[in-house]
Amino acid sequence: MANGNLGQWYAKGHVVVRQGEIGDNIFAIQEGELEVVKERQGGGEIRVAVLHAGDIFGEMAILEKEQRNATVRTLTDARLLTVDKKTFMSRVHEDPSLAFNILRMMAKRIRTLNAKLGERRSRVDRRRAERRNVGTRRKGPRRSAA
Amino acid sequence: MAFVERTVKEGDNLAAFFEGGEERRLTLTDGSRIAVIGGGPAGTFFTYFLLRLAESIDLDVSVDIYEPRSFAYQGPAGCNHCGGIVSESLVQLLATEGINLPPAVVQRGIESYVLHMDVGTVRIETPLQEKRIAAVFRGNGPRESEPLPVSGSFDGFLLELAASSGARVVRKLVSATSWDTGRPRVTCSDGTSATYDLLAVAAGINSQALQLFQEIAPGYQAPKTLKTFICEFRLPREALDKFIGPSMHVFLLDIPRLEFAALIPKGEFLTLCILGDDVDNALIDTFLSAPEVKACFPDGQVPAPACHCFPRVNVEAAAQLYGDRIVWIGDSGVARLYKDGIGSAYRVAKAAAKTVVHHGISAEDFRQHYGPACGRINSDNTIAKFIFGVSTLIQRVRFLRRGVLRMTANEQQRRAARRHMSTVLWDLFTGSAPYKEVLTRTFHPEFPAMLGWNLLAGNLARRRANGSKGNAHG
Ligand SMILES: Cc1cc2nc3c(=O)[nH]c(=O)nc-3n(C[C@H](O)[C@H](O)[C@H](O)COP(=O)(O)OP(=O)(O)OC[C@H]3O[C@@H](n4cnc5c(N)ncnc54)[C@H](O)[C@@H]3O)c2cc1C
Repeated sequence: MANGNLGQWYAKGHVVVRQGEIGDNIFAIQEGELEVVKERQGGGEIRVAVLHAGDIFGEMAILEKEQRNATVRTLTDARLLTVDKKTFMSRVHEDPSLAFNILRMMAKRIRTLNAKLGERRSRVDRRRAERRNVGTRRKGPRRSAA
Repeated sequence: MAFVERTVKEGDNLAAFFEGGEERRLTLTDGSRIAVIGGGPAGTFFTYFLLRLAESIDLDVSVDIYEPRSFAYQGPAGCNHCGGIVSESLVQLLATEGINLPPAVVQRGIESYVLHMDVGTVRIETPLQEKRIAAVFRGNGPRESEPLPVSGSFDGFLLELAASSGARVVRKLVSATSWDTGRPRVTCSDGTSATYDLLAVAAGINSQALQLFQEIAPGYQAPKTLKTFICEFRLPREALDKFIGPSMHVFLLDIPRLEFAALIPKGEFLTLCILGDDVDNALIDTFLSAPEVKACFPDGQVPAPACHCFPRVNVEAAAQLYGDRIVWIGDSGVARLYKDGIGSAYRVAKAAAKTVVHHGISAEDFRQHYGPACGRINSDNTIAKFIFGVSTLIQRVRFLRRGVLRMTANEQQRRAARRHMSTVLWDLFTGSAPYKEVLTRTFHPEFPAMLGWNLLAGNLARRRANGSKGNAHG
C-alpha cells in the first residue's frame, strides 16, 4: 500500500457490510467500485446499485439505529475510509448541515432506484404486452382455422 | 467577544439596512461581492462553503481570494509553516462533506503514534488499524525536495477546490483596507483596489497583515501568539520506514521550556515541531541531543535540516472578531490551542459561511450565529490549558511518567473500550477530539483506579529492580 493512502484496502469480493448486521460506521469510498445487493428471502440476491470513489454508504443504519438493510461488496480492490458514528453524530449536533452531503447522496440513490424501478416496470409491462400480443396472434389463426 | 462598532454613514446601503421592517438588515444579495484575504485553510474553507451554500439557495455571489503565495514553490516561500497533521476527526468530517484527500496530497497516512519518555517508549495503535490521519506538506515540500505534482500541496489542493467552486484567486498581497461609503475596500501592493460587500480576513498570524485593520476596525486586537520551531530532515525512505514507520512520534521529555515536540514522517522527509516557551536555538539543541530523540535517527545521528522556520502559533483568541461587513476567521481570529488548527479553521470558516449566506453580514448576525462557534473553541481552550498543565507535570515528575507509561503499555492488549489512558493520550496528541472530551474520559471510574495501581506497581517494580541491582537510578 502506498504511503500516501488514507483508509484501508479491501480485496475484490470482500463483504464490507452485511445485510442484517448492526452498523456502527459510515464508509467513504476513496478508490474502487462496490455493489449494493439486497438479499432475497427465498435465497439469491438482487443488485440495487454500484458505488464509486466519492460515494458514501452505511449511513442509514447509523441514522436509524437499525440493522444494515443491504449487503455491500467490493467489485474491485477498493480503498475505504471509515467514519465513526460518534465523530459524525456529535458533529452533526453542532453543525446539522454536515448531513447535507449525505442527504444529497441518499436523494441521488433514491432517484437512481426510482429510475431503475421505472425501467423494470416498463420492461415488465412491455413483456406482458408482448405476451398478450403473441397470445392474440396465436389465438387468431387458431380461431380462423376453426 | 464584542463586535466592531460602526455608525451608519452617508452612502451606506440604508435600503438594505431597514429592508423588511427589521432593525438591521445587512445581507448578501444576487451580485454581492466578497473579498477573502488569505488563501490558507480558513480562507479556502470559508469560500468553498459559502459558494456551495449560496448555490443551494440560488444566491448568485462572487468571491475574490487574495493570496500572493504560490503553493507550487518549494521551501518557506510556498509554505504556511505547520506540522502538517490533518487530524483523524477532520479527515473523517471532510470525507462526509465529499472532500477526500488524494494520495498525491497525503505524504504519509499515519496509523499509530509512539510516545517517548525517559522512562520508556510505548506505541499506541488506532483501534481500527486504519490510516485516518494525514501527514501533508502545506506547500510544495521542503527545499531540496523533489518537486511534488502540482496538486501535491495541501493548501494548493484547498485553493484549487475553492477556485473550482467558482472563486477567483487574485495573486496579490493586500497592503491596505479602508471603508468606501460604508463598504470594505481592499488595496493591493501594486496599487489596485476594489470595493466589496463583505470582507473576510483569513490572513493567519504569520504576516504583517493584521496591522492593516487598525483604521477600519480599531477594536480588533490580534491574537496572542508564541514562537515555535519547525524543521525538515531528509532521510532515506528505508531509514524512515525502519526508525519512524507510519507513526507520529511524540516526546514528553523533562527539558525546561519544552511544552511538546513531535516527529512526523512525510515522503522522504521527517518534520520536527517544537512547541514551548519562546523556542530558541538553545532549547532546540538540548532537545536534539536527548538520547530519546537521537534513537529515532539512523546511527543516532541527527542530520542537518533541509529547511527550517520559526512560525507563530495562536495561543489566545483575537478581540472583536467581527463587525458590520467584516469577519476574522482561522488563526487571525480564534484557533484550537496547540492542536488541529486546520480543524478549527474548518469549523469557524463553515460557521462564518453559514452565517453570511443564511443570516446576514451585520455584527449582530455574526454575534448570534458565528460567535457561538468561536466561543466553543475558546472555552475548550480553557480546558486545554488545564490539561497541558497536567501534561507538563507528568513531564517534570518521573514517578508520574512511570505510571503513565505502564498503564498505556498494559492497555495495548485490551479491547478499545478499556484503553483509557491510550485514548486520552491519542486524542490529546493527535488533536482528534475536543479537550472537554479528553478531560471527560479521565472521569471514567476505572481511570483513577488504574492510574493509581500503575503508579504504585510501576514505581515499586522499578525500586525493587534497582534495589536488587544495588543502583539508585530513577
Ligand atoms: C509549529 C506549528 C505546528 C502546527 N501544526 C499543526 C498541525 O500539525 N495540524 C494542524 O491542524 N494545525 C497545525 N498548526 C496550526 C495551523 O498551522 C494553523 O492553525 C492554520 O494554518 C490556520 O489556517 P489559516 O488559514 O487561518 O492561516 P494560514 O494557514 O496562516 O494562512 C494565511 C494565509 O494568508 C495569506 N496572507 C497573509 N497576509 C496576506 C495579505 N496581506 N494579503 C493576502 N494574503 C495574505 C498567507 O499567504 C497565507 O496563505 C501548527 C502551527 C504551528 C505554528
